[in-house]
Amino acid sequence: MRVVIMGCGRVGARVSVLLDHAGHEVSVIDTDPRAFRRLPPDFKGTTVVGTGIDEDVLRAAGIEAADAFVALTNGDNRNIMASQVARHVFEVPEVVCRIYDPVREDAYRRLGLTTVCPTTTIAAQVLEYVLSAVDHAPSALAAEQ
Amino acid sequence: MYIIVVGGGKVGYYLTKTLLAEGYEVLLVERNPDKAELFQEHFGAVVISGDGAEAATLRASGAARADVVIAVTGEDEDNLVICQMAKQKFHVRRTIARVNNPKNEQLFRMLGIDVTVSQTNHILHLIEQSIPGNSFVHLLSLQHPDVTVIDAKIDEASPVAHRTIGEIQLPDDCTIAAVVRGSRIMMPTAATDLLPGDDVIAISHRGKEDELRNLFIH
Repeated sequence: MRVVIMGCGRVGARVSVLLDHAGHEVSVIDTDPRAFRRLPPDFKGTTVVGTGIDEDVLRAAGIEAADAFVALTNGDNRNIMASQVARHVFEVPEVVCRIYDPVREDAYRRLGLTTVCPTTTIAAQVLEYVLSAVDHAPSALAAEQ
Repeated sequence: MYIIVVGGGKVGYYLTKTLLAEGYEVLLVERNPDKAELFQEHFGAVVISGDGAEAATLRASGAARADVVIAVTGEDEDNLVICQMAKQKFHVRRTIARVNNPKNEQLFRMLGIDVTVSQTNHILHLIEQSIPGNSFVHLLSLQHPDVTVIDAKIDEASPVAHRTIGEIQLPDDCTIAAVVRGSRIMMPTAATDLLPGDDVIAISHRGKEDELRNLFIH
């Protein structure tokens, strides 16, 4: 599978490496060439310097033949715009977009993007740990009292 | 009419100032609280500080009753999302986005923005129109992303000079809207002669612009 990933931060680099090791053809875009230091020396994919909201940069990253596009920069709006370019201009079959703002995530999911919202996911996970700790705590609390 | 302007750069500042002077009800949204405070001293209580792409800011600014939202920040991606959120969440009827990269104009319209304004394209068109001897000028783009209006100046060398419109094989999705001869504006018919000096005003599919240029110019 051919995958274009925008944003080579912690998550972007990790997704790139996992896909690369699984034998997929990966190309990573980042505005900062130093971001590619996060990729290991044995990374076989390609790197492209530039912004993913520019169609020419996306083309250079091979978007025209891509099976999937993933937007993982820190900017919600940049991710949203690049994802819509990938979906509507290049008709990439699978487009995944990270959006931190839950309200925006909801709006663009309704518009047909596959969205991931770390804010709601992490909050839910933290809540689960906290609540399960409370569930298990009564005996300890009772002993203290 | 209630207008929300998002982005307090130079464009947003003068736009707000002009719209207020024209008597419109205006609200300026600026992300930087210090700048917003400064604008409040200039304009009074028509400035709020906040991120215009956030639904909470749009709600606080009364987007639900706004007639127009104009996004004029320096970042295209922000202007796009501000307008889309205004439409999607608050059903604002008319959204206008400033476009910094001229290539994004078409994309924004495809993505539902009603009007786009590109300073770069605007200046480019002014230059095109003022170059003497430039005989094929893109006049304007309509709201429909694929439709453009063109002015072709016919000269002696033009392949269509001294021919009637009926004799010309126009590309598909192109139509001649008017022929301008001196101060006369003529409704084109198949019998209309095209003479050197005429301006042919054509409406064309964006993709057929080059074909049309080859037909009229050479």
